[in-house]
Amino acid sequence: MKGWRDIPMGGVIPDAGNAVQYNTGSWRAFRPVWKPENCIQCLFCWIYCPDGAVNVKDGKREDFDYLHCKGCGICANECPGKKGQKAIVMVEEGK
Amino acid sequence: MGKKLALTGNQAVATAMKQINPDVCAAYPITPQTEIMQRFATFVADGEVDTELITVESEHSAMSACIGAAAGGGRVMTATSSQGLALMWEMLYIASGMRLPIVMPVVNRALSAPINIHGDHSDSMGARDSGWIQLYSENAQEAYDNVIQAVKIGEHPDVRLPVMVCMDGFIISHSIESMELLPDDVVKEFVGEYRATYPLLDVDHPVTYGPLVLPDYYMEFKRQQHEAMLHVKDVVLEVAKEFERISGRSYGLFESYRLDDAEIAVVILNSAAGTMKDVVDSYRDRGIKVGLLKPRLFRPFPYREVAEALGNAKVVGVLDRADSFGGFGPTYMEVASAFTTNGARPLMLNWIYGLGGRDFMPEHAEQAIQQMVKVLETGEVEVQKDYLGVRE
Repeated sequence: MKGWRDIPMGGVIPDAGNAVQYNTGSWRAFRPVWKPENCIQCLFCWIYCPDGAVNVKDGKREDFDYLHCKGCGICANECPGKKGQKAIVMVEEGK
Repeated sequence: MGKKLALTGNQAVATAMKQINPDVCAAYPITPQTEIMQRFATFVADGEVDTELITVESEHSAMSACIGAAAGGGRVMTATSSQGLALMWEMLYIASGMRLPIVMPVVNRALSAPINIHGDHSDSMGARDSGWIQLYSENAQEAYDNVIQAVKIGEHPDVRLPVMVCMDGFIISHSIESMELLPDDVVKEFVGEYRATYPLLDVDHPVTYGPLVLPDYYMEFKRQQHEAMLHVKDVVLEVAKEFERISGRSYGLFESYRLDDAEIAVVILNSAAGTMKDVVDSYRDRGIKVGLLKPRLFRPFPYREVAEALGNAKVVGVLDRADSFGGFGPTYMEVASAFTTNGARPLMLNWIYGLGGRDFMPEHAEQAIQQMVKVLETGEVEVQKDYLGVRE
Protein backbone atom coordinates (compact mmCIF):
# COMPACT_ATOMS: atom_id res chain seq x y z
CA MET A 1 0.00 0.00 0.00
CA LYS A 2 1.10 3.55 -0.69
CA GLY A 3 2.47 5.98 1.91
CA TRP A 4 1.23 9.53 2.52
CA ARG A 5 3.80 11.05 0.17
CA ASP A 6 2.54 9.02 -2.80
CA ILE A 7 -1.21 9.55 -2.69
CA PRO A 8 -3.13 12.43 -4.33
CA MET A 9 -3.84 15.52 -2.23
CA GLY A 10 -7.11 15.82 -0.32
CA GLY A 11 -8.48 12.34 -0.99
CA VAL A 12 -9.11 13.20 -4.64
CA ILE A 13 -9.36 10.28 -7.08
CA PRO A 14 -7.67 11.64 -10.18
CA ASP A 15 -8.59 8.79 -12.55
CA ALA A 16 -12.06 8.08 -13.87
CA GLY A 17 -13.65 4.65 -14.20
CA ASN A 18 -11.88 3.05 -11.26
CA ALA A 19 -14.97 1.63 -9.53
CA VAL A 20 -14.21 -1.59 -11.41
CA GLN A 21 -11.16 -2.00 -9.15
CA TYR A 22 -13.38 -2.24 -6.08
CA ASN A 23 -14.92 -5.70 -5.75
CA THR A 24 -18.19 -4.80 -4.08
CA GLY A 25 -19.46 -8.33 -4.72
CA SER A 26 -18.11 -9.31 -1.31
CA TRP A 27 -20.92 -7.25 0.34
CA ARG A 28 -23.59 -9.61 -1.05
CA ALA A 29 -25.92 -11.55 1.27
CA PHE A 30 -28.27 -12.77 -1.50
CA ARG A 31 -27.12 -13.62 -5.02
CA PRO A 32 -29.25 -13.18 -8.12
CA VAL A 33 -29.47 -16.30 -10.22
CA TRP A 34 -30.28 -15.93 -13.92
CA LYS A 35 -32.57 -18.52 -15.52
CA PRO A 36 -32.08 -18.15 -19.30
CA GLU A 37 -35.11 -20.37 -20.02
CA ASN A 38 -37.42 -17.67 -18.52
CA CYS A 39 -35.54 -14.64 -19.96
CA ILE A 40 -37.22 -12.59 -22.71
CA GLN A 41 -34.13 -10.34 -23.15
CA CYS A 42 -36.05 -7.18 -22.19
CA LEU A 43 -32.86 -5.89 -20.45
CA PHE A 44 -34.86 -4.35 -17.60
CA CYS A 45 -32.27 -5.86 -15.23
CA TRP A 46 -29.48 -4.08 -17.10
CA ILE A 47 -31.37 -0.74 -17.02
CA TYR A 48 -32.29 -0.97 -13.34
CA CYS A 49 -29.01 -2.32 -11.96
CA PRO A 50 -27.60 0.56 -9.83
CA ASP A 51 -24.07 -0.74 -10.36
CA GLY A 52 -23.15 -2.24 -13.73
CA ALA A 53 -23.29 -5.85 -12.73
CA VAL A 54 -25.41 -7.19 -15.59
CA ASN A 55 -23.16 -8.21 -18.45
CA VAL A 56 -24.55 -7.52 -21.91
CA LYS A 57 -22.92 -8.48 -25.20
CA ASP A 58 -24.26 -7.66 -28.66
CA GLY A 59 -27.56 -6.53 -27.15
CA LYS A 60 -28.12 -9.83 -25.32
CA ARG A 61 -27.72 -10.28 -21.60
CA GLU A 62 -25.22 -12.75 -20.25
CA ASP A 63 -24.61 -13.89 -16.69
CA PHE A 64 -24.10 -11.50 -13.76
CA ASP A 65 -20.80 -9.83 -12.88
CA TYR A 66 -20.57 -11.37 -9.42
CA LEU A 67 -17.38 -9.44 -8.58
CA HIS A 68 -19.45 -6.23 -8.44
CA CYS A 69 -23.10 -7.32 -7.83
CA LYS A 70 -23.98 -6.24 -4.25
CA GLY A 71 -27.11 -8.40 -4.21
CA CYS A 72 -29.62 -5.56 -3.86
CA GLY A 73 -32.31 -7.58 -5.64
CA ILE A 74 -33.67 -4.74 -7.78
CA CYS A 75 -33.17 -6.79 -10.96
CA ALA A 76 -35.16 -9.72 -9.55
CA ASN A 77 -37.93 -7.34 -8.49
CA GLU A 78 -38.16 -5.71 -11.93
CA CYS A 79 -37.79 -8.91 -13.97
CA PRO A 80 -41.11 -9.59 -15.82
CA GLY A 81 -40.03 -13.19 -16.62
CA LYS A 82 -42.00 -15.40 -18.96
CA LYS A 83 -45.53 -16.70 -18.29
CA GLY A 84 -45.33 -15.86 -14.59
CA GLN A 85 -41.89 -17.47 -14.16
CA LYS A 86 -39.10 -15.03 -13.05
CA ALA A 87 -35.83 -15.15 -15.00
CA ILE A 88 -33.97 -13.80 -11.92
CA VAL A 89 -34.37 -15.24 -8.43
CA MET A 90 -32.51 -14.29 -5.25
CA VAL A 91 -30.76 -17.11 -3.40
CA GLU A 92 -29.12 -16.71 0.01
CA GLU A 93 -25.31 -16.82 -0.19
CA GLY A 94 -23.80 -19.93 1.34
CA LYS A 95 -26.85 -22.06 0.59
CA MET B 1 1.85 54.17 -2.92
CA GLY B 2 -1.71 53.65 -1.81
CA LYS B 3 -4.43 55.95 -0.61
CA LYS B 4 -4.84 56.95 3.02
CA LEU B 5 -8.47 56.63 4.10
CA ALA B 6 -10.67 56.44 7.19
CA LEU B 7 -12.42 53.05 7.14
CA THR B 8 -13.98 50.53 9.50
CA GLY B 9 -12.43 47.08 9.70
CA ASN B 10 -15.38 45.64 7.80
CA GLN B 11 -15.05 48.23 5.04
CA ALA B 12 -11.33 47.54 4.81
CA VAL B 13 -11.91 43.79 4.45
CA ALA B 14 -14.72 44.28 1.90
CA THR B 15 -12.37 46.50 -0.09
CA ALA B 16 -9.64 43.85 0.03
CA MET B 17 -12.18 41.34 -1.31
CA LYS B 18 -13.13 43.73 -4.10
CA GLN B 19 -9.51 44.10 -5.10
CA ILE B 20 -8.94 40.34 -4.95
CA ASN B 21 -12.03 39.90 -7.17
CA PRO B 22 -12.75 36.25 -6.28
CA ASP B 23 -14.61 33.96 -8.70
CA VAL B 24 -17.29 32.96 -6.19
CA CYS B 25 -18.48 34.31 -2.83
CA ALA B 26 -21.19 32.88 -0.60
CA ALA B 27 -23.04 35.41 1.54
CA TYR B 28 -25.01 34.97 4.73
CA PRO B 29 -25.43 37.76 7.29
CA ILE B 30 -24.33 37.59 10.92
CA THR B 31 -23.39 40.35 13.32
CA PRO B 32 -20.73 41.78 13.34
CA GLN B 33 -19.61 40.40 9.95
CA THR B 34 -22.75 41.40 7.99
CA GLU B 35 -21.30 44.66 6.71
CA ILE B 36 -18.49 42.85 4.89
CA MET B 37 -20.74 40.78 2.65
CA GLN B 38 -23.29 43.60 2.40
CA ARG B 39 -20.67 45.95 1.00
CA PHE B 40 -19.25 43.24 -1.19
CA ALA B 41 -22.75 42.56 -2.56
CA THR B 42 -22.87 46.25 -3.55
CA PHE B 43 -19.62 45.83 -5.48
CA VAL B 44 -21.17 42.85 -7.27
CA ALA B 45 -24.38 44.77 -8.05
CA ASP B 46 -22.41 47.75 -9.32
CA GLY B 47 -20.32 45.55 -11.60
CA GLU B 48 -17.07 46.42 -9.82
CA VAL B 49 -16.14 42.74 -9.51
CA ASP B 50 -16.69 39.66 -11.68
CA THR B 51 -17.69 37.53 -8.70
CA GLU B 52 -20.60 35.10 -8.75
CA LEU B 53 -22.37 35.94 -5.47
CA ILE B 54 -24.39 33.10 -3.99
CA THR B 55 -26.92 34.10 -1.36
CA VAL B 56 -27.54 31.06 0.82
CA GLU B 57 -29.90 30.08 3.64
CA SER B 58 -27.32 29.40 6.39
CA GLU B 59 -23.61 29.40 7.13
CA HIS B 60 -23.57 25.65 6.70
CA SER B 61 -24.78 26.25 3.17
CA ALA B 62 -22.35 29.16 2.72
CA MET B 63 -19.37 26.93 3.43
CA SER B 64 -20.89 24.10 1.37
CA ALA B 65 -21.24 26.47 -1.60
CA CYS B 66 -17.64 27.60 -1.10
CA ILE B 67 -16.43 24.01 -1.05
CA GLY B 68 -18.28 23.18 -4.27
CA ALA B 69 -17.02 26.30 -6.01
CA ALA B 70 -13.45 25.77 -4.80
CA ALA B 71 -13.49 22.12 -5.91
CA GLY B 72 -14.75 23.45 -9.24
CA GLY B 73 -11.49 25.35 -9.47
CA GLY B 74 -12.52 28.85 -8.40
CA ARG B 75 -10.94 31.38 -6.07
CA VAL B 76 -13.54 31.50 -3.34
CA MET B 77 -14.29 33.63 -0.27
CA THR B 78 -16.96 34.14 2.38
CA ALA B 79 -17.04 35.77 5.83
CA THR B 80 -18.63 34.90 9.15
CA SER B 81 -18.73 35.32 12.93
CA SER B 82 -19.62 33.42 16.09
CA GLN B 83 -22.68 31.18 15.69
CA GLY B 84 -22.17 31.31 11.94
CA LEU B 85 -18.72 29.78 12.28
CA ALA B 86 -20.15 27.27 14.74
CA LEU B 87 -22.81 26.24 12.22
CA MET B 88 -20.13 25.79 9.54
CA TRP B 89 -18.33 23.34 11.78
CA GLU B 90 -18.55 20.10 9.81
CA MET B 91 -17.92 21.90 6.53
CA LEU B 92 -14.73 23.53 7.88
CA TYR B 93 -13.10 20.12 8.18
CA ILE B 94 -14.30 19.17 4.70
CA ALA B 95 -12.81 22.34 3.17
CA SER B 96 -9.42 21.66 4.77
CA GLY B 97 -9.55 17.90 4.24
CA MET B 98 -10.21 18.44 0.52
CA ARG B 99 -7.36 20.99 0.52
CA LEU B 100 -9.43 23.86 -0.87
CA PRO B 101 -7.78 27.26 -0.30
CA ILE B 102 -10.91 29.21 0.63
CA VAL B 103 -10.24 32.56 2.36
CA MET B 104 -12.65 33.56 5.12
CA PRO B 105 -12.52 36.71 7.23
CA VAL B 106 -13.79 35.84 10.72
CA VAL B 107 -15.03 38.82 12.69
CA ASN B 108 -14.49 37.48 16.20
CA ARG B 109 -17.57 37.35 18.39
CA ALA B 110 -18.58 35.49 21.53
CA LEU B 111 -20.56 32.24 21.41
CA SER B 112 -23.97 31.65 23.00
CA ALA B 113 -25.21 31.03 25.69
CA PRO B 114 -25.96 33.58 26.97
CA ILE B 115 -26.35 35.23 23.58
CA ASN B 116 -23.92 38.08 22.99
CA ILE B 117 -22.96 39.86 19.80
CA HIS B 118 -19.66 41.41 20.93
CA GLY B 119 -16.06 40.58 20.37
CA ASP B 120 -14.11 37.70 21.85
CA HIS B 121 -12.13 34.86 20.31
CA SER B 122 -14.28 31.89 21.35
CA ASP B 123 -15.48 31.33 17.79
CA SER B 124 -12.17 31.06 15.93
CA MET B 125 -10.31 29.49 18.87
CA GLY B 126 -12.82 26.67 18.86
CA ALA B 127 -12.01 26.13 15.19
CA ARG B 128 -8.25 26.00 15.70
CA ASP B 129 -8.09 22.25 15.08
CA SER B 130 -10.22 22.34 11.93
CA GLY B 131 -7.22 22.30 9.60
CA TRP B 132 -7.54 25.97 8.63
CA ILE B 133 -4.66 28.40 8.72
CA GLN B 134 -5.45 31.23 11.14
CA LEU B 135 -4.09 34.78 10.91
CA TYR B 136 -5.00 37.34 13.59
CA SER B 137 -5.18 41.10 13.02
CA GLU B 138 -4.76 43.91 15.53
CA ASN B 139 -6.50 46.61 13.51
CA ALA B 140 -8.21 47.40 10.21
CA GLN B 141 -4.89 47.83 8.41
CA GLU B 142 -3.68 44.40 9.49
CA ALA B 143 -7.03 42.82 8.63
CA TYR B 144 -6.87 44.32 5.13
CA ASP B 145 -3.24 43.30 4.65
CA ASN B 146 -3.85 39.79 6.03
CA VAL B 147 -6.82 39.13 3.73
CA ILE B 148 -4.71 39.99 0.68
CA GLN B 149 -1.79 37.87 1.88
CA ALA B 150 -4.11 35.00 2.89
CA VAL B 151 -4.98 34.39 -0.76
CA LYS B 152 -1.36 33.79 -1.68
CA ILE B 153 -0.62 31.76 1.45
CA GLY B 154 -3.58 29.39 1.07
CA GLU B 155 -3.13 28.93 -2.67
CA HIS B 156 0.61 28.29 -2.52
CA PRO B 157 1.30 24.89 -4.17
CA ASP B 158 3.11 23.66 -1.03
CA VAL B 159 0.12 24.57 1.13
CA ARG B 160 -3.33 24.46 -0.53
CA LEU B 161 -5.26 25.02 2.69
CA PRO B 162 -8.13 27.32 3.66
CA VAL B 163 -7.36 30.45 5.68
CA MET B 164 -9.29 32.35 8.36
CA VAL B 165 -8.37 36.00 8.85
CA CYS B 166 -9.53 37.04 12.31
CA MET B 167 -10.23 40.51 13.67
CA ASP B 168 -12.13 41.69 16.74
CA GLY B 169 -15.87 42.22 16.37
CA PHE B 170 -17.04 45.83 16.79
CA ILE B 171 -13.74 46.99 18.34
CA ILE B 172 -12.16 46.71 14.88
CA SER B 173 -15.01 45.75 12.56
CA HIS B 174 -17.08 48.84 13.36
CA SER B 175 -14.47 51.39 14.46
CA ILE B 176 -13.16 53.88 11.93
CA GLU B 177 -9.39 54.08 11.66
CA SER B 178 -6.96 55.78 9.38
CA MET B 179 -5.38 53.23 7.07
CA GLU B 180 -3.76 52.81 3.70
CA LEU B 181 -5.26 50.97 0.74
CA LEU B 182 -3.15 49.59 -2.07
CA PRO B 183 -4.03 50.47 -5.68
CA ASP B 184 -6.38 47.94 -7.32
CA ASP B 185 -3.89 46.91 -10.00
CA VAL B 186 -1.16 46.30 -7.44
CA VAL B 187 -3.38 43.90 -5.48
CA LYS B 188 -4.50 42.22 -8.70
CA GLU B 189 -0.92 41.60 -9.73
CA PHE B 190 0.07 40.51 -6.22
CA VAL B 191 -2.61 37.81 -5.92
CA GLY B 192 -2.19 36.77 -9.56
CA GLU B 193 -4.12 34.01 -11.30
CA TYR B 194 -5.22 30.94 -9.35
CA ARG B 195 -4.70 27.51 -10.84
CA ALA B 196 -6.52 24.81 -8.89
CA THR B 197 -4.79 21.43 -8.61
CA TYR B 198 -7.78 19.23 -9.46
CA PRO B 199 -10.55 21.51 -10.80
CA LEU B 200 -13.82 19.64 -11.22
CA LEU B 201 -14.69 21.88 -14.17
CA ASP B 202 -11.72 20.55 -16.13
CA VAL B 203 -13.90 18.00 -17.91
CA ASP B 204 -10.96 16.61 -19.88
CA HIS B 205 -9.46 15.41 -16.59
CA PRO B 206 -12.41 14.16 -14.54
CA VAL B 207 -11.75 13.57 -10.83
CA THR B 208 -13.72 12.42 -7.80
CA TYR B 209 -13.90 14.61 -4.67
CA GLY B 210 -14.98 13.30 -1.29
CA PRO B 211 -14.73 9.52 -1.65
CA LEU B 212 -15.04 7.15 1.29
CA VAL B 213 -11.63 6.44 2.77
CA LEU B 214 -11.49 3.61 5.30
CA PRO B 215 -8.93 2.77 8.00
CA ASP B 216 -6.44 1.60 5.35
CA TYR B 217 -5.80 5.13 3.97
CA TYR B 218 -7.49 7.75 6.21
CA MET B 219 -4.41 8.38 8.36
CA GLU B 220 -2.23 8.99 5.31
CA PHE B 221 -4.52 11.84 4.21
CA LYS B 222 -4.44 13.37 7.71
CA ARG B 223 -0.65 13.10 7.74
CA GLN B 224 -0.60 15.00 4.44
CA GLN B 225 -2.60 17.82 6.03
CA HIS B 226 -0.04 18.14 8.81
CA GLU B 227 2.73 18.23 6.23
CA ALA B 228 0.95 21.04 4.36
CA MET B 229 0.70 22.94 7.66
CA LEU B 230 4.45 22.47 8.21
CA HIS B 231 5.08 24.39 4.96
CA VAL B 232 2.93 27.33 6.03
CA LYS B 233 5.49 29.20 8.16
CA ASP B 234 7.97 29.56 5.29
CA VAL B 235 5.22 30.54 2.88
CA VAL B 236 3.83 33.15 5.30
CA LEU B 237 7.28 34.74 5.57
CA GLU B 238 7.87 34.58 1.81
CA VAL B 239 4.48 36.18 1.08
CA ALA B 240 5.13 38.80 3.78
CA LYS B 241 8.39 39.74 2.05
CA GLU B 242 6.60 40.17 -1.28
CA PHE B 243 3.88 42.15 0.46
CA GLU B 244 6.41 44.47 2.05
CA ARG B 245 7.72 45.29 -1.43
CA ILE B 246 4.28 46.52 -2.57
CA SER B 247 3.14 48.10 0.70
CA GLY B 248 6.16 49.03 2.77
CA ARG B 249 4.54 47.23 5.70
CA SER B 250 6.39 44.28 7.18
CA TYR B 251 4.83 41.20 8.74
CA GLY B 252 6.19 38.10 10.44
CA LEU B 253 4.81 35.06 12.20
CA PHE B 254 4.16 37.35 15.18
CA GLU B 255 5.03 40.85 16.30
CA SER B 256 7.69 41.40 18.97
CA TYR B 257 7.40 44.63 20.91
CA ARG B 258 10.26 45.70 23.23
CA LEU B 259 10.94 42.04 23.82
CA ASP B 260 14.72 41.77 23.35
CA ASP B 261 15.82 42.30 26.96
CA ALA B 262 12.43 41.72 28.58
CA GLU B 263 12.30 39.94 31.93
CA ILE B 264 8.53 40.02 31.82
CA ALA B 265 6.75 39.07 28.59
CA VAL B 266 3.08 39.44 27.76
CA VAL B 267 1.48 37.39 24.98
CA ILE B 268 -1.78 38.82 23.66
CA LEU B 269 -3.72 38.69 20.39
CA ASN B 270 -5.56 41.22 18.24
CA SER B 271 -6.87 44.64 19.29
CA ALA B 272 -6.02 44.35 22.99
CA ALA B 273 -2.34 44.16 21.98
CA GLY B 274 -2.61 47.84 21.04
CA THR B 275 -3.75 48.78 24.55
CA MET B 276 -1.11 46.54 26.06
CA LYS B 277 1.70 48.18 24.05
CA ASP B 278 0.84 51.56 25.58
CA VAL B 279 0.98 50.07 29.06
CA VAL B 280 4.25 48.27 28.25
CA ASP B 281 5.67 51.69 27.29
CA SER B 282 4.61 53.23 30.59
CA TYR B 283 6.28 50.39 32.53
CA ARG B 284 9.41 50.70 30.39
CA ASP B 285 9.47 54.42 31.28
CA ARG B 286 9.62 53.32 34.90
CA GLY B 287 12.57 51.06 34.13
CA ILE B 288 10.69 47.77 34.29
CA LYS B 289 11.76 45.40 31.53
CA VAL B 290 8.44 44.39 30.00
CA GLY B 291 7.88 43.27 26.41
CA LEU B 292 5.01 41.98 24.30
CA LEU B 293 4.52 39.22 21.74
CA LYS B 294 1.46 39.40 19.54
CA PRO B 295 0.85 36.18 17.60
CA ARG B 296 -0.20 36.68 13.99
CA LEU B 297 -0.05 33.09 12.72
CA PHE B 298 -1.92 30.99 15.29
CA ARG B 299 -2.37 27.90 13.09
CA PRO B 300 0.07 26.49 12.46
CA PHE B 301 1.55 27.79 15.72
CA PRO B 302 5.23 28.72 15.36
CA TYR B 303 6.35 27.00 18.58
CA ARG B 304 10.11 27.21 18.15
CA GLU B 305 10.10 30.81 16.96
CA VAL B 306 7.82 31.94 19.80
CA ALA B 307 9.96 30.18 22.39
CA GLU B 308 13.08 31.85 20.96
CA ALA B 309 11.48 35.29 20.85
CA LEU B 310 10.33 35.03 24.46
CA GLY B 311 13.99 34.31 25.03
CA ASN B 312 15.11 34.99 28.51
CA ALA B 313 11.89 36.24 30.02
CA LYS B 314 11.60 34.96 33.57
CA VAL B 315 7.86 35.57 33.78
CA VAL B 316 5.50 35.03 30.85
CA GLY B 317 1.87 36.12 31.11
CA VAL B 318 -0.58 35.01 28.44
CA LEU B 319 -3.86 36.86 28.06
CA ASP B 320 -6.67 34.99 26.35
CA ARG B 321 -9.90 36.44 25.00
CA ALA B 322 -11.40 32.92 24.97
CA ASP B 323 -11.69 30.33 27.67
CA SER B 324 -11.30 26.59 27.84
CA PHE B 325 -13.47 25.85 30.83
CA GLY B 326 -11.56 23.57 33.13
CA GLY B 327 -8.37 24.19 31.15
CA PHE B 328 -6.03 27.06 30.39
CA GLY B 329 -6.85 29.60 27.69
CA PRO B 330 -5.98 28.47 24.15
CA THR B 331 -3.05 30.87 23.63
CA TYR B 332 -1.58 29.91 27.01
CA MET B 333 -1.64 26.23 26.05
CA GLU B 334 0.31 26.97 22.85
CA VAL B 335 2.87 29.20 24.54
CA ALA B 336 3.39 26.64 27.30
CA SER B 337 3.91 23.97 24.61
CA ALA B 338 6.35 26.27 22.80
CA PHE B 339 8.80 26.07 25.71
CA THR B 340 9.11 22.32 25.24
CA THR B 341 11.11 23.10 22.08
CA ASN B 342 13.91 24.88 23.94
CA GLY B 343 13.50 23.68 27.50
CA ALA B 344 12.94 27.17 28.90
CA ARG B 345 10.97 27.18 32.13
CA PRO B 346 9.68 30.68 32.81
CA LEU B 347 7.03 31.20 35.47
CA MET B 348 3.75 31.32 33.57
CA LEU B 349 0.44 32.99 34.24
CA ASN B 350 -2.80 32.98 32.30
CA TRP B 351 -5.52 35.59 32.33
CA ILE B 352 -8.90 35.40 30.66
CA TYR B 353 -10.13 38.87 29.67
CA GLY B 354 -12.63 40.66 27.48
CA LEU B 355 -15.20 37.87 27.07
CA GLY B 356 -18.40 38.93 25.34
CA GLY B 357 -16.85 42.26 24.40
CA ARG B 358 -15.98 43.35 27.96
CA ASP B 359 -13.66 46.34 27.48
CA PHE B 360 -9.98 45.69 27.98
CA MET B 361 -8.79 48.88 29.67
CA PRO B 362 -5.25 50.04 30.46
CA GLU B 363 -5.93 49.33 34.15
CA HIS B 364 -6.52 45.66 33.30
CA ALA B 365 -3.19 45.56 31.49
CA GLU B 366 -1.55 47.25 34.50
CA GLN B 367 -3.15 44.77 36.87
CA ALA B 368 -1.62 41.88 34.91
CA ILE B 369 1.83 43.45 34.62
CA GLN B 370 1.77 44.43 38.31
CA GLN B 371 1.08 40.81 39.20
CA MET B 372 3.94 39.66 36.97
CA VAL B 373 6.31 42.16 38.61
CA LYS B 374 5.37 40.60 41.95
CA VAL B 375 5.95 37.09 40.61
CA LEU B 376 9.35 38.17 39.27
CA GLU B 377 10.30 39.43 42.74
CA THR B 378 8.99 36.51 44.77
CA GLY B 379 9.51 33.70 42.26
CA GLU B 380 6.14 32.33 43.24
CA VAL B 381 2.91 31.99 41.26
CA GLU B 382 -0.09 32.00 43.55
CA VAL B 383 -2.91 31.86 41.00
CA GLN B 384 -1.92 30.42 37.63
CA LYS B 385 -5.16 31.10 35.79
CA ASP B 386 -7.23 34.13 36.68
CA TYR B 387 -9.82 36.48 35.19
CA LEU B 388 -9.30 40.19 34.48
CA GLY B 389 -12.15 42.64 34.86
CA VAL B 390 -14.70 40.21 36.25
CA ARG B 391 -16.87 41.23 39.21
CA GLU B 392 -16.63 39.06 42.31
